[in-house]
Amino acid sequence: MSETLLDVQGLTVAFGFGPGRNMAVDGLSFSLSPGETLAIVGESGSGKSVSSLALLGLLPRQGATIERGTAHFHGRDLLQMSDAERRKVRGNRIAMIFQEPMTSLTPVLRIGLQLTEGLVEHAGMSQKEAADKAREMLRLVDLDDPPRRMRQFPHELSGGMRQRVMIAMAMAMEPDILIADEPTTALDVTVQAQILDLMRDLQARFGTAIILITHDMGVVAEMADRVVVMNNGVKVEQGDVKTLFASPQDPYTRRLLAAVPRLGRLAESQGPRQVVAEPSPVGETVLRAEGLCKTFAGRGGLFSRGIGTLAMSDVSFELRAGETLALVGESGSGKSTSGRAVLRLIDVDEGRIDLQGVNLRMLGRSALRKARRGMQMVFQDPFASLNPRMRVGRLVAEPMLIHAIASGSELEDRVAALLVRVGMEADHMRRYPHEFSGGQRQRLCIARALGVGPKVIVADEPTSALDVSVQAQVLELMLELQQSLGLAYLFISHDMAVVEEVAHRVAVMRQGRIVEMGPRRDVLNSPRHPYTAALLAAVPKADPTATRGKLPTLDLGTLPMGALQEVEPGHWVAT
Amino acid sequence: MTTETIDTAAQPVPSSQALVALFRSPSGAVGLAIVGILVLCAIFAPYLAPHDPLRMASGPRLDSPSLAHWMGTDQLGRDVLSRVIYGSRLTLMIGTIAVGISLTAGLLLGLVAGYASGWAERILMRIVDVLFSFTEIVIALACIAILGVGLVNAMIAIGIASIPFYARVTHSIVLVEKNKPYFESAVAAGAGHLRLIFIHLLPNVIPTLIVIGTLGVSTAVLAAAGLSFLGLGAQPPQPEWGFMLSSSRDLIARAPWMMVFPGLAIAITVLGFNLLGDGVREVLDPRQRAR
Repeated sequence: MSETLLDVQGLTVAFGFGPGRNMAVDGLSFSLSPGETLAIVGESGSGKSVSSLALLGLLPRQGATIERGTAHFHGRDLLQMSDAERRKVRGNRIAMIFQEPMTSLTPVLRIGLQLTEGLVEHAGMSQKEAADKAREMLRLVDLDDPPRRMRQFPHELSGGMRQRVMIAMAMAMEPDILIADEPTTALDVTVQAQILDLMRDLQARFGTAIILITHDMGVVAEMADRVVVMNNGVKVEQGDVKTLFASPQDPYTRRLLAAVPRLGRLAESQGPRQVVAEPSPVGETVLRAEGLCKTFAGRGGLFSRGIGTLAMSDVSFELRAGETLALVGESGSGKSTSGRAVLRLIDVDEGRIDLQGVNLRMLGRSALRKARRGMQMVFQDPFASLNPRMRVGRLVAEPMLIHAIASGSELEDRVAALLVRVGMEADHMRRYPHEFSGGQRQRLCIARALGVGPKVIVADEPTSALDVSVQAQVLELMLELQQSLGLAYLFISHDMAVVEEVAHRVAVMRQGRIVEMGPRRDVLNSPRHPYTAALLAAVPKADPTATRGKLPTLDLGTLPMGALQEVEPGHWVAT
Repeated sequence: MTTETIDTAAQPVPSSQALVALFRSPSGAVGLAIVGILVLCAIFAPYLAPHDPLRMASGPRLDSPSLAHWMGTDQLGRDVLSRVIYGSRLTLMIGTIAVGISLTAGLLLGLVAGYASGWAERILMRIVDVLFSFTEIVIALACIAILGVGLVNAMIAIGIASIPFYARVTHSIVLVEKNKPYFESAVAAGAGHLRLIFIHLLPNVIPTLIVIGTLGVSTAVLAAAGLSFLGLGAQPPQPEWGFMLSSSRDLIARAPWMMVFPGLAIAITVLGFNLLGDGVREVLDPRQRAR
């Protein structure tokens, strides 16, 4: 703590001009010592990303202005530098990695070229030296066969591998500061854990200071030495990570920490969190899926068939009234496909889908449309799942209109009642979706689904696009609706902590198969399948005093992926 | 079904606000002014025109512009100004009818093809591709060969010739919208074909088509002028601008005013519709508005 590497004072960034301008960052001050990790946390719109972009001079030229502030780095003020000087600092002394590993590498250039470019440009290395350095960096970020990777294009690598390349690129110059803007948000939880481990290793090796920008309290607890909490462009609190988690001072920080779902909070209880006095009990089976298989046809040429992708293989489960079955898994596990398949939004190749005893696969078009009354869906992205050109009143009314449940003033009354039911106001009916926030839109989606009185709601990552505090409210609403109306939820999620809060039973999916299924308490507390155990171990804990420990290594070759076998009553594991 | 369609076609921007926004954008305001003047000319042509556009020898033949005949007279002694003013009627009619034909047909084709997917889509879009592979003017000429020479047939021909363009654009928008969750959620809610097409897809296609339709008017006007110049569109004595150009061809050295003024009228009209189209795009595209 003796010396200060970067000293930011009173940084103020505004979008727009005049008195009505939007203060994205207002008077932010912080300092960074060599080798430490400073986390800047906040929800969307808190100004956490804007502040780091401002430091590197990457703000959009039009619209954004740095109004005040200084940022001293090696005795110079970053904010007063000319573009040319700043370019020299950027990528050389200060490097940055971004959230989207899919788009932050140039798709048309080989990895090797992208890696060596900066070395030749900034460090004045020869092509050969740069190539040697690049290979060494790829080895350091644990990519196998560096010479081959150098020749590959970004699309040949997975998301996690791309993020490793990004890190290799950033660290190749051995910068003093690495700014990581949500570096793991787009990654699966097991990959996230590996990347975080890697960043820590490299930090220890090179003594780099890290500014970690994130919304994820689990990642903060795992990585940070000190934390700055931002809300609406203003720093509300800063402090040592342990102190901040143990005794947050500011009310906002306290609310934020309270809203974070923590795995293990409900480890003792049988069912989900109870939010009404007398929850409706788990009843009869309403939905049964049996042996669902789906292979997506590959994109073949005009005369050839492409090789298909197996999305679901022998997926079977049951869902009872008033119960939540959580489908968990990483991207590509087939969990979303399963959710869409039971609604027949995609047609499966084989299997049976029984909704209240009727096999949906046997129904014709019009019978299927009628049957859809019993099952509704809530999507992940509330911004895209509402038709932007329809008023809220019509959006919510639509399923009821389709199924001729009500019309005229009765319909309007029902819509009003539904809006109130999900915590909105009746006169929101006349507005358009874009006038609402993400959480409000997700409420609208729920209201729309409720209108026809469904038995089952398929919720595909319903809260993963939302901020934690909003997520907590939406989950609360969903629990309350289930417990008072006896709804059955097929809850698709990648977030174990959220699953613990809402699920009665859990099915873990991997590569299109269910590898473990059982009561939530059994699966989460004592997982029987190595993959489930690995998933759980990778979840970052929102507690800086707990250490995650070493990640278990999965031997993918011997991972049991066969038929399910009952190990305890109701608890099935793949053999 | 139809009443609902009208009801939900309402746009996030109320129309009065959209008009204000159109006036604020410089290109929109200029375009609107030019098109407005054109429309006024067409409506009030009998009051604005100093002479009967068809009456011969309303002045001396091939008289240069003067106070009596601001744009001079042609070889039959007809007043050029009056003919240009009356010509705006034909031009507007050509623009609206030709664009109307291609927009309606293209919209339906594109919607159905994009929504249906599978073999129906393939067949429809391959037909469109075949039409697309010919230059518009060639298709228009072929249509005229079948329908016969005349201004109305020229409009129909131009309309048919640009159907593929509108169908392509509609098709590509539908493909994008169809994959958005809101469409999937409507399917999940149990919506039928008509509802999906006309309530969910159509309103999201319309704004783009309004823009390209406005721009398309200028193309249609040019194409009609071209056909009339070739003698396949307007017939004498109709005061059509393109036809006026072609009949002035031999007299270009003696009476350049016969060519200059109808030519200017065409150029300004095309410019006006292009500017208006740009303006409408700025208003209807929320991303552009946000800047």
